[in-house]
Order: sequence, then C-alpha cells, then structure tokens
Amino acid sequence: MVTITIDGRKVEAEKGWTVLRAAKEAGISIPTLCHHESLDPYGACRFCTVEVKHRGRTKLVTSCTLPVAEGQEILTRSEPVRRIRRILAELMLARCPNSTVIRELASRVGVEKSRFRRPEEDLATITDREGCILCGMCVRLCDDVLQVGAIGFEGRGVRRKVTSPFREPSDTCLVCGACSSICPTHAVEHSRIRPQEPSIIPFEFEEGMTGRKPIYMEFPQAVPKVPVIDESTCMHFRTGGCKVCEDNCSAGAIDHDMEEKTEEIQVGTIVVATGFELYEAEKLSRYGYKVFPDVYTSLEFERICHASGPTMGKIRTRSGKTPGAVAILHCIGSRDENHLEYCSRVCCMYSLKFAHLVREKTGAEVYNFYIDIRSPGKGYEEFYKRLLEEGVHFIRGKGTEVTDVWESPEEEGKLVVVSEDTLLGIRRRVPVDMVILSLGLKPREDSDKVSHIFSIGCAQGGFFLERHPKLAPVDTATDGVYIAGACQGPKDIPDTVAQGAAAAAAALSLMDKGKVVLEPVRAKIDPDKCCGCKLCIANCPYQAIDFDEEKKVSVVHPELCKGCGTCVAGCPSGAAVQENFEDVQIFAEIEGALAD
Amino acid sequence: MADADFEPRLVGFLCRWCSYTGADLAGMSRMEYPPNLAPIKVMCSGRVDPTFVVKAFRDGADGVLIAGCHPGDCHYSTGNYKAMRRYPLLLKLLEQFGIEKERVRLEWISASEGEKFAQVVAEFTETVRALGPLRWGERVGTTSKAGG
Repeated sequence: MVTITIDGRKVEAEKGWTVLRAAKEAGISIPTLCHHESLDPYGACRFCTVEVKHRGRTKLVTSCTLPVAEGQEILTRSEPVRRIRRILAELMLARCPNSTVIRELASRVGVEKSRFRRPEEDLATITDREGCILCGMCVRLCDDVLQVGAIGFEGRGVRRKVTSPFREPSDTCLVCGACSSICPTHAVEHSRIRPQEPSIIPFEFEEGMTGRKPIYMEFPQAVPKVPVIDESTCMHFRTGGCKVCEDNCSAGAIDHDMEEKTEEIQVGTIVVATGFELYEAEKLSRYGYKVFPDVYTSLEFERICHASGPTMGKIRTRSGKTPGAVAILHCIGSRDENHLEYCSRVCCMYSLKFAHLVREKTGAEVYNFYIDIRSPGKGYEEFYKRLLEEGVHFIRGKGTEVTDVWESPEEEGKLVVVSEDTLLGIRRRVPVDMVILSLGLKPREDSDKVSHIFSIGCAQGGFFLERHPKLAPVDTATDGVYIAGACQGPKDIPDTVAQGAAAAAAALSLMDKGKVVLEPVRAKIDPDKCCGCKLCIANCPYQAIDFDEEKKVSVVHPELCKGCGTCVAGCPSGAAVQENFEDVQIFAEIEGALAD
Repeated sequence: MADADFEPRLVGFLCRWCSYTGADLAGMSRMEYPPNLAPIKVMCSGRVDPTFVVKAFRDGADGVLIAGCHPGDCHYSTGNYKAMRRYPLLLKLLEQFGIEKERVRLEWISASEGEKFAQVVAEFTETVRALGPLRWGERVGTTSKAGG
C-alpha cells in the first residue's frame, strides 16, 4: 500500500494504481473525458491534470497517466490546475463550438466564450457532429479492446482526424456500436463507418420491445440471479477481444472461457413443470399482428402494463400517444376449429384485467370482443361485474378482422375492429388506437421430446397426461415423475400454484418413505423349464434378466423388472411367468369373457 | 352370409397404460360404442402371447383386438414394438388355420384417445359382423381346460 495526500486528505492506494484511480476510490472527483477502465491510460484530453508535489518539486501532470508514489501530494483544485482546465476548455470550445458536452464542461470551469478560433477546414470524417476532441477512445476501443480495427487516425497535428481507412465504408466494421457509445462527446456518426445502423438485440423477456446487451440478466426473478452472456452477440466470441465486462466486474466473477457442460444429478423424484407457449399471432393474419404496430399480443401488453416494462407501466401507442380507445379481442387462436379447439381458460380473466388497467391508467374506452365470458372461480364473476360498472364495453361476437381501411371520417388514421354483434344482430366497426389479441395457450414445441424422456403421455396435442383426471391429478404413468402447471393443460396462477404444491407434496411423500413399492406383476423364470435360449434377455427392455452361466438358465432381477411381460409372451418353453398375469389366469379371463 | 341377428363376440387385449385407460376414458366421457368387445387388461401389448389369440378364437371369439401405446410411447419403452413384430407372424399362423386375417386387429390407442377406442370398436364390430360367425371352436373341438 502507498499513502498519498490528495487535497490535504490522506489516501491509501495500491501500488500500480494511477492517481486518478486513487482519487476515484477515495471519492474525490477529477474531471476527465478520455478515461475508461478498459482502455490503457492515454492522456489525450488532459482534463484530469493535477498539481503534484513530490520530493520538493511541483509539476502539472495528467492524473490518468501518473502512477501513485509514496509521499505524493496532489492538488486537484489549485489555481494552476484551474487555469489549465480553463485553457483546455477554451481550446475545446474553439474546436467544437456546437458540442453540448463541451459547452457544459466549459461553463462548469467558468468558460463561456473562447478567445481562439477554429481553422476553416473539414474537421473529421466519421465524427461529423463537430464534437470530436480527438481523444481516440473510439479508435483505442475498436483496435485494442475489440480487436476489430475498423477505424483509425488520419493525418497529423491540425489535420488529425478519425476515419475509416481511405475514408471508404469499412468492411471490417462489425456494426457493434461500441465506438458511438464510448465517445464522450457523442460525436461518432456510425453510419459513416459502415452505412448500417447497429442492430438492437431484442430482449426476449420484454417480447423484443426493448433491446438488451450481450451480457444481461435473463429476467428479474432469474434463478440463479446472475447475468448470462449471449455467445452469438458477445464481441469476445466474435473477435476474441473486448472482455470489457470483465474489467468492470470488481468481484472478478466473469469467465469467458467457461464452457457449456452437462451435469448429471441423481434424483429420486422429478416434477415436470415445463409450462406453455403462447399461440402464434402470425398464424392469424387477419388481425394484422406485425403489420400494424399497435396490434399487441397479450404477453406484450402484459409487459407494457408492468411498472418495470419497456414503457415503465405507461400505456402508450408505439408513437407514444395515450390511446383514446382500446380493443381487446378474446379467443384468438382458442375455441377455433382451425387453430386450438379448446378453451385456453385464462384469457377471459386476463383480458378483463387488461380492460381494468387500461381504464384505470388512461381512461380510454375499452371494447371487449368475446364469444362467452368464462369467469368461473372465486371472485372472478364479481370482477367481471365490477368491470361492467366501470364502463367497459362488451361486444358479444368474436373480432373477425383488424384493418386500417377507413369507411367513415372518424375511422381515419385508426385501427378498425370488424365484428358481428350477436346480441344486436348487426355488424360492428369499432375504430380504436390499440388492439390486444388475447391469444390461446398451447403446449411447448418440444413437449413430445420431454414426454419421451420421462415416458409420460401427451394429450390434447402435447399437454402432459395425468395418471387419472380425478384420483391422481399430479401423478403420471411413470412412478416418481409428477406434473404441475400449464404443461398439464391451460390453467391460471392459483391453479398452477395449487398443483405445484400438490406435486411437491406427492414427491416428498415418496421420498419420505425411503422405499419404493413394486407392482406385484413381476416376471420370474422357472429354472426347471428354462431351456437357456436367452430370448427373454433380448426381449427385456430393462436389462432385468441375466443368464446364469453355471446353471445355463435365465434369471430375473425382481427389483429391475417393471412387469411388462414381454419376456413371458416370447418364452418358447413356457418357463417365464408373470405374477398375477399368468397364462392360466388370462386364459380363464378369456373363457369367462366368452362364456355363454 | 351373416345372420340377421348375429352379434359378433370380440375379445380385446388392452395394454394397461394406454389402451385400457383410453377405454376407460371412452366410458368416462359417456361415449357410445357397441357392447360386443370384452376387454382383458394386460400390462403391455408385448405381453400378448399369440396363444391368447388362438385360445380366444377356440373359445368362441369372432374377432380379437390387440391394442397398445403408440409406437415410441410404450410405457415399457419397446413392448409395443415386440407386439408389432409378432403380429404378422400371428396372421400367417391364423391364415393356415383358415381364420381370416381381418378378424385380428392391432391398434395403437393412447390414454387420451377415448374417441378412437370407441371408433375402433365400432368399426371392428362391423367388420366382423360382415365376416359372419367364426365357430372355429366347434370345428376344431374345444378342450375343457386352459392350455396351449
């Protein structure tokens, strides 16, 4: 450790730190424009200049390049330092008179006007906003850190500027946007390096309505609550450089060399709770999803309503206006012979919730287009009644189309929901600003695969099958595997929680017993009859039969045998017998069934 | 051909996990289907010994249904594949006995396919009704006790 004095305060610093770092750690602010943790010290802007007294000598040095040394005395606010900063501000102001950042900085050090003038000359090529102070952060980042090297300096002295090679559009540039985001004066005009805007990485959790970084928290309640790195967009995996996040992580927790690995965990019971997917709105083209920007899926609208969502909970159209009228179309994809035949059960209630939120937050007119309102459940019908009193419109008829073709002046510039009103017996056209599609719930795309892994059946196109709808609602055909939630069928949160608790309790009770009860249907082999042909061994799907080489007969391991009886049916000598499903018993059943 | 009041007698060997549960579902769902089939529960369609089928015909059955889980869905992973392989051999054997192969039917009925179960039973009943009574037992002579 090294002890230095900054503005009269004793500050502890580690060896190898710069004075700027030591000051920052101690909470003393030194203004700087060109410093970044991931970049090597460069001393370009010189704004961080401080006065150093060391061994009786006084110097003005940039603190970002000055290593700490025992006994240093640093002054960050002395008159010589202030004077230097004022001159620097004047020079920068002369160079970039229109840059807001520079003007603000200058006025902070007391400079409103520069006495210098900029030479009449084109200033920069990629930095067109007249804000470039030639600090080189963009160049250093692109070259040293990201290892892309798409931009560099051209010329010297007053002719120095940041450009792409030959001032041509660069093929090397990966359009990552790092140069424009690191630029302290917001001067980099990205489209001049490569005529293409940096593409925003859609944030899956926000349904793509906002962007995210390549390193991100998957969703606020993620378990474990740690960020993940998306290899396909992370610059390190594209160029081998970057690792800026590692520099920023004081705990040193980021490891780019980590590899995906498969862990095998021995368990006794499994609860399958793989959930559902929303039906694809794109499959119902007549509702104009992805055609009209203000047609939303229910999950998108859920995020819009949420306080941590893309609009901070404010209900706004894509153009930022508060909607005057909102339509909620029920049963989109559900109760539809061409899509999902079944009722998705939760849509009515969440649609009512949306209606309530829209009324509460915006006061807009809300039109619900429904086939039937299905509100069975504690307090649900009461909630529906409350909405009727809140002045939400209910139109009994499934919305048939969303269009922007207007037929009357009040429809102009609006989305028009076309529907039949089955109570009035008329066709309705309702102009609105926003349309919410209450989409049905469907099984997950890979539910077939999951059902094969666990040997549990699938029904209704992919929802997992319980062993018995009434008597064993969380059990499956495989002992020790339980199901919970919407993977078993569409259900709302209270039902899901109840089923999850039931599945956990069922799993616990099995584990608590500490032993497994086998079904009394196992196979056995009579050694006196066994001819040693080993056919049963080939037939057994569980490798439960071994061959006793000494006695030359097959032997069943009762704890491995699941009792399918396939070996019994295939045994040519009648030595294999299935307990409680013996041939004679089945013969007797046949006789009984066919007795007159 | 068939008697006007001939009612086919069918025996069904249903696997306990899929088809028997499917039959249960047909019942629970109050589906209507002919009462001609007597279901016999086996743990797996792979348990169906060809002698069960022969025995059923000899004891007076006019048709036999073997039903199991869909290929790939077997509770015992591959039992139904064994049944699938034994089925053509069984048909060959029955042909030699002079039993029409339409009298044995192999079907995959999952636990959720109550409707399919009802439909298969209805179809199969009509197929066997059209074929007429088998009376194979009368021709070959029945033995009183069980055995192959």
